[in-house]
Amino acid sequence: MAVLGRIGARAAWLAASLLVASLLIFAATNALPGDIAQILLGTNAAPGEAAALREQLGLNRPFLERYLEWVGGALRFDFGTSFLGSRAAVAPLVAARLEVTVSLVVLGMLFAVLFALPVGAYAAVRRRHLDGAVASALSQVGLAIPAFWAGIWLVIVFAIRMRWLPAGGYVSFWDSPGEWAQHLVLPVASLALVQASVISRYVRSAVIDVTHEDYFRTARAVGWSRSGALWRHGLRNVGISLLTVIGLQLATLLVGAIIIEQVFALNGLGSTLLQAVAKRDLNVVQAIVLLLVWSVLLINFLVDVAYQLVDPRVRRRAEAA
Amino acid sequence: MRTARRWVGLLLTLALALTVAACTRPMDPEVGDARVLNIGDTLEPEGLDMITVSGAGTAYVLLYNVYETLLKLDSEGETKPLLAQGWTRSDDLLTYTFTLDPKAKFASGAPVSADAVVASFERARSEKATNQIRSAWAPVDTITATDAKTVVVTLSRPSHQWLYELTGPAGIITDPAYTGDFSKESAGSGPYQFSSWDQGNLVQLKANGAYWGTPARFDEVNFRYYADANAMNAALLSGQLDLITNLTLPQTITQFADTSRFSVHEGVTNGEVVLGFNHENEALSKLEVRQAINHAIDRKALVKATWAGKGELIGSMVPPTDPWFEDLSNTYPFDQAKAKQLLKDAGYEDGLTLRLRVPALAYGPSIGRFLVAQLAEVGITLELDTLQFADWLDFVYTKRDYDMTIVAHVEPRDLRAFALDDYYWNYHNAEFQRLMAEGDVGTDEEQIAKLKQAARLLADDAAADWLFLLPNITVASAKISGVQNNRVSLAFDLTTLASRD
Repeated sequence: MAVLGRIGARAAWLAASLLVASLLIFAATNALPGDIAQILLGTNAAPGEAAALREQLGLNRPFLERYLEWVGGALRFDFGTSFLGSRAAVAPLVAARLEVTVSLVVLGMLFAVLFALPVGAYAAVRRRHLDGAVASALSQVGLAIPAFWAGIWLVIVFAIRMRWLPAGGYVSFWDSPGEWAQHLVLPVASLALVQASVISRYVRSAVIDVTHEDYFRTARAVGWSRSGALWRHGLRNVGISLLTVIGLQLATLLVGAIIIEQVFALNGLGSTLLQAVAKRDLNVVQAIVLLLVWSVLLINFLVDVAYQLVDPRVRRRAEAA
Repeated sequence: MRTARRWVGLLLTLALALTVAACTRPMDPEVGDARVLNIGDTLEPEGLDMITVSGAGTAYVLLYNVYETLLKLDSEGETKPLLAQGWTRSDDLLTYTFTLDPKAKFASGAPVSADAVVASFERARSEKATNQIRSAWAPVDTITATDAKTVVVTLSRPSHQWLYELTGPAGIITDPAYTGDFSKESAGSGPYQFSSWDQGNLVQLKANGAYWGTPARFDEVNFRYYADANAMNAALLSGQLDLITNLTLPQTITQFADTSRFSVHEGVTNGEVVLGFNHENEALSKLEVRQAINHAIDRKALVKATWAGKGELIGSMVPPTDPWFEDLSNTYPFDQAKAKQLLKDAGYEDGLTLRLRVPALAYGPSIGRFLVAQLAEVGITLELDTLQFADWLDFVYTKRDYDMTIVAHVEPRDLRAFALDDYYWNYHNAEFQRLMAEGDVGTDEEQIAKLKQAARLLADDAAADWLFLLPNITVASAKISGVQNNRVSLAFDLTTLASRD
C-alpha cells in the first residue's frame, strides 16, 4: 500500500510538472519578438495590416484563453495546424519528422556501440603494443572531428565522386525499406563515426579497469585466457558503465542530429524546429518542444516507479524515512 | 567463445546488408517512363493562394505554371498575350478591352470565359485580398463582360502600373466553378496542377493533361526545398536534382564547371540590394552624410568580396530590364577624401556612430562586415547587429528601430516603394512622389521620361545606397534545355524547359 501511495504522489508530481512545463513553453514562445503575421506579409505589408491578420488568425485573443485551448488540444494530441505553407496539421507533421530523427539517432548509436566495443576492447588489451596504441590514437583523432565535417566529406566522396549513395533526403521505411537504408547510410555513418570514437575511449578505460580487478586476476589464475576471461567476466561489468555513458551520449547525439539533418537535407525534428522558430510558426515550435520536454519528464517518472517496484534498497530506505 | 562468434557473425551480416543496400541504388531518379523534373530551391511558398498570401515563394511556383494571367512577361520583360489574344486601350487611356483566347480552358475542362475573368478580378480587389493586391487594383472602376470572350475594364485614372500588375499575382484567373479552399488545391488553367505538399521539403506539380496550349513537357515537377545551400549543391552534383533555380552561394559556382554535365546561366533579377537609411536619424537626414556614405563604399570591391563578383552595379532602384533604366552607378564614385570632406561639412569631422541592423539572410552578415571595415576608414563607426528575419521584420521593418539596414528588394518595379508615405525608410520626397504619379497616368513616352527623372532624383538625393543588383544564377544538368537567363517576373516559368532524354 505504501508503495502505491508513493507512486500516486509521484504521479501527482508528474502531472504538476507537465502542466508547469506546458505553461512555460507557451509563455516563452509567445514572448518571442516578431510574429507569424509579419512573416506572412513580408516587406510588402502596409502599416496595420499585420495587426489585422493577427486578429484574423486569432492571435489577439487573451493569453489565458489561447493557452487553455492549446493545452486542451495537446491532451488530445491535437496541436492545431501550421500557419505556413500547406497549413498542415501539426500532429502528423511532427510524427513524420520524429521517424526521421529516431531512425538517425537509434541507428547512429547502435552502429557506434557495435564499432566501439571491439575497437575499445582491442585497444585496452593490446595497449602495450603498437597496434593497440594506433587504435587508441585513431579514436582520439575521431573525437576531434565534428560530425558535420565528416558528413560533408562522406557526401563528397560517396555521393558526388563515386555516386554510390544519395547526397541527402529521406524516404520513409514504410514506403521503401531499401531506399530508407540507402538514404541513411551516410548520415548514420557520420554520426556513428564520431560517437564510436567517444564510446571506444570509455570502453578502453573500462576494460583496463576490469583487468585490474581481483575477480579478473582470479579468473586468470584458475586458467582462463585473457580474452576468455574478458568475454566471460569482463564485458558484463564493462556493460554497466557503458550503459550510463550511452544514456548521457544520447543527448549529445540528438544535438548532433540537428546539424546532420541540415547537412543531409533530412527533414527531422531538429531542422523542422529550427525552421519553425525562424518563421515563428508557433504551433509547430510548441508541439516539438512539448514533445521533447514531456518525454523526458515521463521517462524520469517511469524510471522512478521502476526503482520503487524493483529495487528493495530504495523501498526499504523510503520505509525507514 | 560461442558468444564471440555470434558477435562477429552479427557484425558481418550488418555490414553485408548495408553494402548490398548501397550498391542496388537505382542511379536514375526517374521511375518508368514518367518525365520528372527535380528543382532545388531555398524559398518555400507561404501558401497556395496568391490573392490572400504575400511572399515571393508562392508566385515562383504557381504563376504561369498553374495559374495563368491575361498577359505575361517574357524573359526580357516584354508583355506578351497569354489568356488574352489581344487588348486595346482607348485614347484617353481609361478603357481597356481584352479579347480572350477561344481555346483557353481550365484544368476542369470549363472554358476561360469573360465571366470567369470578371469573377477573378473582383476577388482580387475584394477585402479578402492582401493590401498589396488590392492597391494594384485601386485605379480600376468597373469590370464587365460584354460577351462570352470580351472583358472591358474602365479606370478612374490612367495607370501603366495596373496593366503591368495584370502579369503578376494580382491578375491570375481562377476557375469560378471551384468552390473549395484555394489554400489546399489549385483551380487554374496552366499546363500544371498542384499535386501535393510535404511541408518543409517538397511541393509537387503534375501535368494538366487537358492543357489548352503546348502540352507540359514533364509529367511531374518537384520543387525541393533546402535549408542549407551546400546540401542543395550536393544534390545537383550527385544527380538527385536537375536544376537549381538560384545559387545563393555564388562562390560555389566553380563546382559546376564541368560543361559535359552542367550548364550555368547568368542573368539579371529585379533584386536591388539596398543599403537603406532611416531618414528619421538625425545624421542620415542630412544629404551630405548620405552622399558621404555613397562615396565611401567601393561597390565593385564589395561585390567581388561578398558575391563572387557577380551582380551589376545600378546606382538607383531600377533594374536594367525596365524601360526607364539608366546606368547611374557612377553618381558617387569611390572617393574617401570626398567622403571625409562631406562628413566634415555636415559637422561630423570627429566621427559618427550608426547602428547597422541586417537580417541573417545569405547576403546580410557578409556585406555588413564589409561595410563595417570600409566605413571605418572615413570615420564612421558601424555597430553591426545580425537579426533573424522574423526579428528584423519586427524591429527594423515595423518598429523602425535602426539607422541603416541591408535588404534585397526583389519585387518587380519597386522604384515606387520610395514614394510610399509610410515605409520603413521613413523617406518623404514630394517631388519624387509627383514624378511617379505623373509617370503612371501619362502616355507611354511620358512614363519612361518621368520615371527616368525619378530614378535620377533618388540617386542625386542619395535616398539609399544601391549596392548591387542580385544576379540570377541558374545551374542545370546538361540534359535540360530552355533555361531562361533573367528573372524579371515573379514566376519560375516552366513552359520553356525541356529534357533531352
